[in-house]
Amino acid sequence: MSRVRQAVLAGFAGVLVASLVAVAGPLLPGEADAASRAADSTQLRPVSDFAKIRDKQKRAIALFEEAGKVITSPRCMNCHPAGDRPTQTDAMRPHQPLVVRGEHGLGPPSGLACTTCHHQANFDPAGVPGNPKWALAPLEMAWQGKTLGQICVQIKDRTRNGDKDMAALVHHMAEDELVGWGWHPGEGRTPAPGTQKQFGALIKAWAEAGAACPKG
Amino acid sequence: MTMHDRSLSRRSVLKAGAGLVIGAYVAARTPAFAQNQPAPQQVNIAPNTFLIIKPDSTVTVLCKHIEMGQGPLTGMATLVAEELDADWAQMRAEHAPSNPVLYKNLLFGLQGTGGSSAIANSYDQMRKVGAAAREMLVAAAAESWDVPAGEITVESGIMRHRSGKQGRFGEFADKAMQMAVPSDPKLKDPSEFKLIGKEGAVKRLDSVEKSNGSAVFTLDINEPEMLTVLVARSPRFGGKVASFDASAARKVPGVVDVKQVPTGVAVYATGFWPAKQGRDKLKISWDDSAAETRSTADILGEFRELSTKAGRVVKAKGDFDAAAADGGQLVEAEFVFPYLAHAPMEPLNSFIHWQGETASARYGCQFPTPDHGVIAEVLGIGVDKIKLQTILAGGSFGRRAQQSAQVARELAEVAKAFGPGRPIKLVWTREDDMRGGFYRPFGLHRMRGVVKDGKIAAWSDTIVGQSIMKGSAFEAMMKDGLDPTLVEGSNELPYEIANFKCEAHQVEIGVPVLWWRSVGHTHTGYAVEAFVDQLLEAAGQDPVEGRLAMMDKHPRHAGVLRAVAEKADWKGAKLETGRARGVAVVESFNTFVAQIVEMSVGDSGPKVHKVWVAVDCGVAVNPDIIRAQMEGGVGFALGHILYAEQPIDAGRPVAGNFDTYRSLRIDEMPEIDVTIVQSTEKPTGVGEPGVPPLGPAVANAMARLGLGRPRQLPIVPGAAA
Amino acid sequence: MAAFTLSINGQAHAVDVDPDTPLLWAIRDGAGLTGTKYGCGVAQCGACTVHIDGQSTRSCSLPVSAVGDRKITTIEGLSSKEGRAVQAAWAAIDVPQCGYCQSGQVMSATALLEQNKAPTDRDVDLAMNGNICRCATYVRIRAAIHQAAKSLEG
Repeated sequence: MSRVRQAVLAGFAGVLVASLVAVAGPLLPGEADAASRAADSTQLRPVSDFAKIRDKQKRAIALFEEAGKVITSPRCMNCHPAGDRPTQTDAMRPHQPLVVRGEHGLGPPSGLACTTCHHQANFDPAGVPGNPKWALAPLEMAWQGKTLGQICVQIKDRTRNGDKDMAALVHHMAEDELVGWGWHPGEGRTPAPGTQKQFGALIKAWAEAGAACPKG
Repeated sequence: MTMHDRSLSRRSVLKAGAGLVIGAYVAARTPAFAQNQPAPQQVNIAPNTFLIIKPDSTVTVLCKHIEMGQGPLTGMATLVAEELDADWAQMRAEHAPSNPVLYKNLLFGLQGTGGSSAIANSYDQMRKVGAAAREMLVAAAAESWDVPAGEITVESGIMRHRSGKQGRFGEFADKAMQMAVPSDPKLKDPSEFKLIGKEGAVKRLDSVEKSNGSAVFTLDINEPEMLTVLVARSPRFGGKVASFDASAARKVPGVVDVKQVPTGVAVYATGFWPAKQGRDKLKISWDDSAAETRSTADILGEFRELSTKAGRVVKAKGDFDAAAADGGQLVEAEFVFPYLAHAPMEPLNSFIHWQGETASARYGCQFPTPDHGVIAEVLGIGVDKIKLQTILAGGSFGRRAQQSAQVARELAEVAKAFGPGRPIKLVWTREDDMRGGFYRPFGLHRMRGVVKDGKIAAWSDTIVGQSIMKGSAFEAMMKDGLDPTLVEGSNELPYEIANFKCEAHQVEIGVPVLWWRSVGHTHTGYAVEAFVDQLLEAAGQDPVEGRLAMMDKHPRHAGVLRAVAEKADWKGAKLETGRARGVAVVESFNTFVAQIVEMSVGDSGPKVHKVWVAVDCGVAVNPDIIRAQMEGGVGFALGHILYAEQPIDAGRPVAGNFDTYRSLRIDEMPEIDVTIVQSTEKPTGVGEPGVPPLGPAVANAMARLGLGRPRQLPIVPGAAA
Repeated sequence: MAAFTLSINGQAHAVDVDPDTPLLWAIRDGAGLTGTKYGCGVAQCGACTVHIDGQSTRSCSLPVSAVGDRKITTIEGLSSKEGRAVQAAWAAIDVPQCGYCQSGQVMSATALLEQNKAPTDRDVDLAMNGNICRCATYVRIRAAIHQAAKSLEG
């Protein structure tokens, strides 16, 4: 049932938070402002915060974990479901009404297309988000139910990332307008932390540091 | 005639243009309620009719009950057409205007629809209207053809004489008007029925207009110079406007005016969207000094504590405490019921055109008589100067059956604040409706039972809840200060149990409440039927056999229970793995309904696959409408039992729309099998009785799945979180 | 306020409204076509469903300024053979109760049949999921869609 499902999802989010906290502790440079930035879930730490981490692999992991705050935000996760049905709201409950991905993530051919309700732009008077590219991420890009490490491996895997090389991946994260929606989700929705520019910079730095993935 | 003496008066037959107009079977004695109402001759707004036959032979029945989905337009027309021997194709139906004398509900004494009473109170009345019209038409034809009336037959709207003469109603309508009105027209023996109870004989009269967009609801009213009004109301129940700043609202193009009214601040605009934008720009400071400030959790805590204390005894038999002390197994359960919004598809809209000396209002008005009086009171003009017309309502489920005429009052206040002249449509948004209070009351049942020697030896039910009637026009129906809707269904069980006790705590809370489809039975049905099932389980008895064994004195309960068990093959059915069945039987509004559900609980939650329904509503007038109401009742109940609640947060209702007040959707609708038990009893209603058994049947199936009977509803909470 | 010309049911309707006005209210209050209903205003109930260039669309979540010259069909202008078959089945099966949601139901069902000649129960569930009926006429909606599909065969 959905509360079972929610509990599962909540548990998953809890694991992520715990792992972030656990790894963030020893890696933090100890500066007060950085600590307060880290504590503020609406912000991202800048790439410069990670320069002190000498070990390239550890730095890459730390950068990805910071970027993971965006990846695991409900704004991103909701449309990267593991099944056919997206979730919605910060509680990541199943989308109401029942909609499914269909062939191209746009809804089934004769069923409820995303565009039945979602249009070119957010429409706050109706509380309905919108974007020209509004669609579900393909199933091979499913993030829900996965650890950040698993998501990281998946993101790099050209068979599961839309055949993107690292440059294309960085470009996608930093420039894609649907990705960018996550920071401009419309009234009543918590935006993804930081900015798309910061997020892009973190991903770029992660790639440059070797794109290592967190364990687990 | 069992309810009131009725007789036809010559005065009740009026000529209204061309055609035959048959008047009401008006009560000879003035009923209690009508004493405060104007006598009919003072009401200049209502044609004294139930029936109009036009020259084109169409027969229009004026229906005194509001059509909000349950089919009274079709039902009334069926009754008239049956006795008139009309062809169904010539039948039409319209809403009667407000007139408390002509169109009173014979069960209430005022004009209004509710309590699943439409067919129940009109069965004889409408048949008499049809039978009288038939006799008058035949008399007219007999005179024209110069043949004995007794030799004329009527079939499918055609009058015939063996001489070969024949004609339709329209040809004789004028002449029929001159005929004496039969004082006691002869009604058919049920064996002669051609429409009543006949499958496929009647189609709903409103299906076509409701499938092509032409049906007119209140929201669809549009008149020249009309203003659309939205009212900003207190976010907390009981809050009042302390001060407000409308300067930004007034700047919105299309906003015509802003006025304070008793319920808040009204924005008058040229259409919905400017009214909405204007309202969004109001700055209002609320005075919460008299407002409700508790949350649902606080209320639950108080209720829970009260439930452990002795309440006022509603009914007692034997000695529960002695039986409990006498050995056996004591079984206890607490059931908690949330506030529920009705959320009809069309929120509460209303329309009025006040022209100073007169006014004309029309909307989906469920209780015209009190509404009419309240509009007159607020505008300071006589009831006879106000025309009030009921039109189609986009659902109600109780929402429009306002015990205190609150929408009519606000409508009149909004008109009064603006001043006479322009037509005004008062519109409610979904959020206005959902957060507007008047919910199914929050409630709690503390159940205790004793099982001894494989039998239920004792039963105790302590109810904590709010009164719906207190402080309203219906307070007179309360007995010794106790609202019967708090305990109906819990105070009288169909089960023979030697030691029985029902106690109640009637609590006052600042969250306004209202009847909600099947009223008290929404919670008593659940508490009683889930608990009896639990006790039978403890007693090692089969849920169906165990119930039947205690139902000797309730043959109609037993009848539907047997019927549903047989149809569902309760004893023999082999279920798929992971599925279970549950049963419940509830009488409400003198109609008996038993249901069996088959369900499973998977990753995506509870899934009800199929529901079998058996209903005994006396004579089944329109079988297909009865089926439709059972289907709809099941779906309505299922959506709420699974998902719906209106949480209160510090006096503020939380859920505002269908995203937070989850409604059943088509993929969640079970297959439904309805059995109508044949009966010759007087017909009773079907709008509500399909609702109560569904919840406990689901609970009982969940118990059989090993998940226990849900103690707090909804079963899947959290939509509003 | 701004002037827009909407193409509704093959006719041009000039409306002068705020650009952020949901198409729903431009259709109802502007063009005076009231068959399209308001039920929630947040794209949850489907009562406001219209077709835009043949696609089922919630008119409450689309601002009038975003419509452009696309062709809008409302319940009043429903004239495809699928639309007529759906309406005939709706009446034959007596689907409506209160009827308020049914314009939207008919529009969604028509769009389904225009794209899928023989929908399965699952297809119906997916296409009609966005249309709430508080009277819960869902059993008959399903039956009527299948009946309409059947009537269109051959």
